[in-house]
Amino acid sequence: MTLIDTLFPLGWQHYLLGGLTIGAGVALLYLFNGWVGGMSTVFSSSWSFVLKRDFFRQDRFLNTRNWRLIYALGVVLGALVWRFALAGGEAQHTSVPAWQLLLGGFLVGYGARLGNGCTSGHGICGLGSLQLPSLGAVLTFMATAFMTANLLAITTKGLA
Amino acid sequence: MNTQTLNPHTLTLPKALVTLLAGALFGFGLSLATMVQPEVVLSFLRFQDWGLMLVMGGAAGLALLAYKGFPRWFARPLLGGQFLTQPASWNRQTVIGSAIFGMGWGLSGVCPGPAIAALGTGNTDILWALAGIVLGGLAHGLTARD
Repeated sequence: MTLIDTLFPLGWQHYLLGGLTIGAGVALLYLFNGWVGGMSTVFSSSWSFVLKRDFFRQDRFLNTRNWRLIYALGVVLGALVWRFALAGGEAQHTSVPAWQLLLGGFLVGYGARLGNGCTSGHGICGLGSLQLPSLGAVLTFMATAFMTANLLAITTKGLA
Repeated sequence: MNTQTLNPHTLTLPKALVTLLAGALFGFGLSLATMVQPEVVLSFLRFQDWGLMLVMGGAAGLALLAYKGFPRWFARPLLGGQFLTQPASWNRQTVIGSAIFGMGWGLSGVCPGPAIAALGTGNTDILWALAGIVLGGLAHGLTARD
């Protein structure tokens, strides 16, 4: 067994190719529109459509809420194209329990907005623009994610 | 065209189409890289598969080229406006928020991009996570002081 097989038991090409495709999307948005395309802001900015609260009515949300929704719609379309072009059209499933998805999702949404970025905002756009605070954010969420995922693996059996 | 008077946020039809295409590349890439499967993300977080490093590295590498290169090579974005920046700051909120984000990520194996992409892959299980993120964003906004 080579080192490559050990690090990437499912192969490595699709990871790199997928990452480059994501990067191409981010680059395209910058080249044509001049916009930085992190993903989590849409979960704050979209609330401004229905809520009057001052927090949601900041310029940084009002100015970008329309394109952020279109960007999210594009993500859905891209995933849909992948499903029908490469995955035989089958709907995907996950064996992660619903409570983990719901509670985990809540923490993801709350934390990403409090910390002003997620895996794409800090991880791709922040690191891509060489911002030290984003490196700090990435190291922080990687550390707590490693801890949580491994604690969970120890305390529960037969998961994922 | 006077770029000083052009609002860099103005959403024209061509810009909307580019945004849609950029999002589609993002969603297709996430799916191709199997980041839309929480099991794969969790196996990375349990040190069983280092693929996520290649995904993030490949994406951040291209983003680096874009963010550093385009403003040097072009006076303005190809569809007008200006190359915007989004400065990150290092403070208590960034640390605490990122720590909470990581806990949720480690619990669910889902982050915002893949949660949205699940609507396209037809992974209805992940709608639980999407609902959680939507509510988490709301809870943050309702309790934020700024």
